[in-house]
Amino acid sequence: MIDVLIIGSGGAGLASALRAKELGADVLVVGKSYPTASQTSMAQGGINASLGNVTADSISSHITDTIKSAHKLCDNHMVEYICHDAPKTIEWLESLGVPFDRTAQYKVAQRQLGGASSKRACYAQDYTGLKILHTLYDTCLKEGIEILEEYFLLNLITEEKVVLGAIFLDIVTGEVKEIRAKSTIIATGGYAGVYRGFTTNSEGATGDGIASVLRAGGVVSDMEFVQFHPTALKSSATLISESARGEGGYLVNSKGERFIDELLPRDVVARAIASQIANGDEVFLDIRHLGEDKILHLMPQEVHLCRLYENIDPIKELIPIKPVAHYSMGGIDVNRELEVTGLKNCYAVGECSNAKVHGANRLGGNSLLEIISLGRLAGENAYKLNVDYSNRDNQQLQKEQEYIESLFEEYPWERNFYQIQDELGRKFYNDAGVVRDNTKLNNLLNELRVIKADIDNMGIGDKERKNNTNLVEFLQFKNILEVGEVILDSAIVRDESRGAHYKEAFPNQDDKLYRANSLYWIEDGILQNRLVKVV
Amino acid sequence: MNIKINRQGSIESFDIPFQSTTLLKALFYIKQQEDNSLTFSSNCRSGVCGTCAVRVNGKEVLACSYNYQEGDLVEPLAYHEVQRDLKVNKQKVRETLKNSKAWLQSSQQAEITQEQVELTQKQTDCILCDSCYSSCPVLELNPNFIGPFALTRAYRYTADPREGNIQSIVDTIQTNGIWDCTLCGNCTEVCPQGIDPKMDITMLRGTSSQFGYNDPNFQAMDFGFGGF
Repeated sequence: MIDVLIIGSGGAGLASALRAKELGADVLVVGKSYPTASQTSMAQGGINASLGNVTADSISSHITDTIKSAHKLCDNHMVEYICHDAPKTIEWLESLGVPFDRTAQYKVAQRQLGGASSKRACYAQDYTGLKILHTLYDTCLKEGIEILEEYFLLNLITEEKVVLGAIFLDIVTGEVKEIRAKSTIIATGGYAGVYRGFTTNSEGATGDGIASVLRAGGVVSDMEFVQFHPTALKSSATLISESARGEGGYLVNSKGERFIDELLPRDVVARAIASQIANGDEVFLDIRHLGEDKILHLMPQEVHLCRLYENIDPIKELIPIKPVAHYSMGGIDVNRELEVTGLKNCYAVGECSNAKVHGANRLGGNSLLEIISLGRLAGENAYKLNVDYSNRDNQQLQKEQEYIESLFEEYPWERNFYQIQDELGRKFYNDAGVVRDNTKLNNLLNELRVIKADIDNMGIGDKERKNNTNLVEFLQFKNILEVGEVILDSAIVRDESRGAHYKEAFPNQDDKLYRANSLYWIEDGILQNRLVKVV
Repeated sequence: MNIKINRQGSIESFDIPFQSTTLLKALFYIKQQEDNSLTFSSNCRSGVCGTCAVRVNGKEVLACSYNYQEGDLVEPLAYHEVQRDLKVNKQKVRETLKNSKAWLQSSQQAEITQEQVELTQKQTDCILCDSCYSSCPVLELNPNFIGPFALTRAYRYTADPREGNIQSIVDTIQTNGIWDCTLCGNCTEVCPQGIDPKMDITMLRGTSSQFGYNDPNFQAMDFGFGGF
């Protein structure tokens, strides 16, 4: 019997697998793509820890900065936990062989990121996430951790709200399979992929785990909080790391004027850029003054991406940019033990979860910290919980098989879901983006519900069982609709501005009414919600 | 614009109604508008996840990082089991990482300089796209060859000051490893990250000599004149 089933093979999943294995657990990691293809590989800037290797720093400053950026929506206890754990987290990564850059004193080098009061982000050029992820992967191979690749999560197996494992589509064979385990960790990543075409995220960031928790009767929270990264390439939405500004890059409009302090938190900078664009201006990132040597050393990936996707040379030219959806603060609601609210024997960690460490706005460098630090905590807690319900009878597998079967039998294809998904991405960006408005949000919510009701008129054109990516993409689209509905509804409910959520009609933070986490769950087929005050 | 795709051995031709952009966009256009069954792998769209490598006119590229040209022939990676169209089984090829024990064998405390980090900075940029593996002619003759990316990764750990047991890696890569490479440099040419596996293999040969290993090919070439 598997002790701990980990769904998702990015940084959070691998970190929890390694920790559970270290404690003696029988671990299985299951992911829809290859582990090194996960979103973690795209994290560039760094991982925060108050080591003070470059400038004076302290754990309390890290805590203060994080809480400030969270706009009173975080759980201070959880923030304290990760900030205290951060130096140990770096030490652990060091022991695995992560190739962090160094100072002249042989210490881990640290750089400035926005909203931080010190140079706090440990980095490996602008490939920090990539190098952490690959080192974790190498270590998983070393430890003999079993990883099932190309398994798409269909649903959690639940019996009276107890999670007994999960049901997957084996993408390669086309079979629907169940995997039982004593405890399950969901580490499936975020949902910024809802903003398709206007996100730095990979195609796979479709909130699969979040949607599965909703369907299983679990609770999600704070889904309205989506962070927009100020600087993505204008034509491709490819991320240009915050380190470009941290190292001294400027933001300028087409008149060449700077219009904002580039190192303010991401929400403030993103809004300033959005307002320039709304006024018909263009916005550029200017790093030319940093000089060729520094640019090539510190931002080799950015130079490569600019040349490739924007056809410009950032050493000599301005980089055209726009803000795009980058990170989802909300997600599966968890308690301090990372147990999913409303479900038993089930944990969630990483971007798919809302452990309330980022609140209304995440600081750069804190998400890599979260996935490693809390990833290890999830592995530990999931293993400690040694109650085995996994042999209970359950008929869910057959239902899932029948559903997948039905998609092969019927071929409505009256509406092309790909086209709808693209349009929806654009509408989310315009109507549920950096600046929000209730009329637009309501219209979009209505439109989304119409699409949801029409889902049976869509479907898959590809009828081959094996390696059917058309089927996977359709299932992801369905997840986007479920997650998107919660994003819109929660954004409508929150009539205030806080962190990444900004309404022009309600420009102020309203602590009396809205210093609260917005909880959503499905009961008797109907979406329910409640605001729960932060204490 | 017209591109051709090798689908299980039959070459199909597709018209793309827009100017050249990334090959990945063209593949998505075909899948979403023309033929839902076209199968390929992709994820990050920005050249870091390593998922979308294919061959174009016989040469490995990342579909997300290559602008297609009129008449291009797109094919799946070589030396991988083709699962469908352009989608290949990378799981089997990943086994080479286990065969080369490409990880930190035994972690030791070490003072690391920035120069030492930079020594393997490129090697740790690897995204495991398998382009190098697909380009390697040795695999034609020896399917058990560990191949370029796994050897680069093995080298990366031997050069890490934290590695307390270099010998363990060196011992592992003698058979079907560093000496099987012909140093043709195909891998270096196709790497989207600018990594030079050929040089890494050369470095590993040097390290191996320090541990008393010799090129077995040289021994085989000893024609009774006392060798080299």
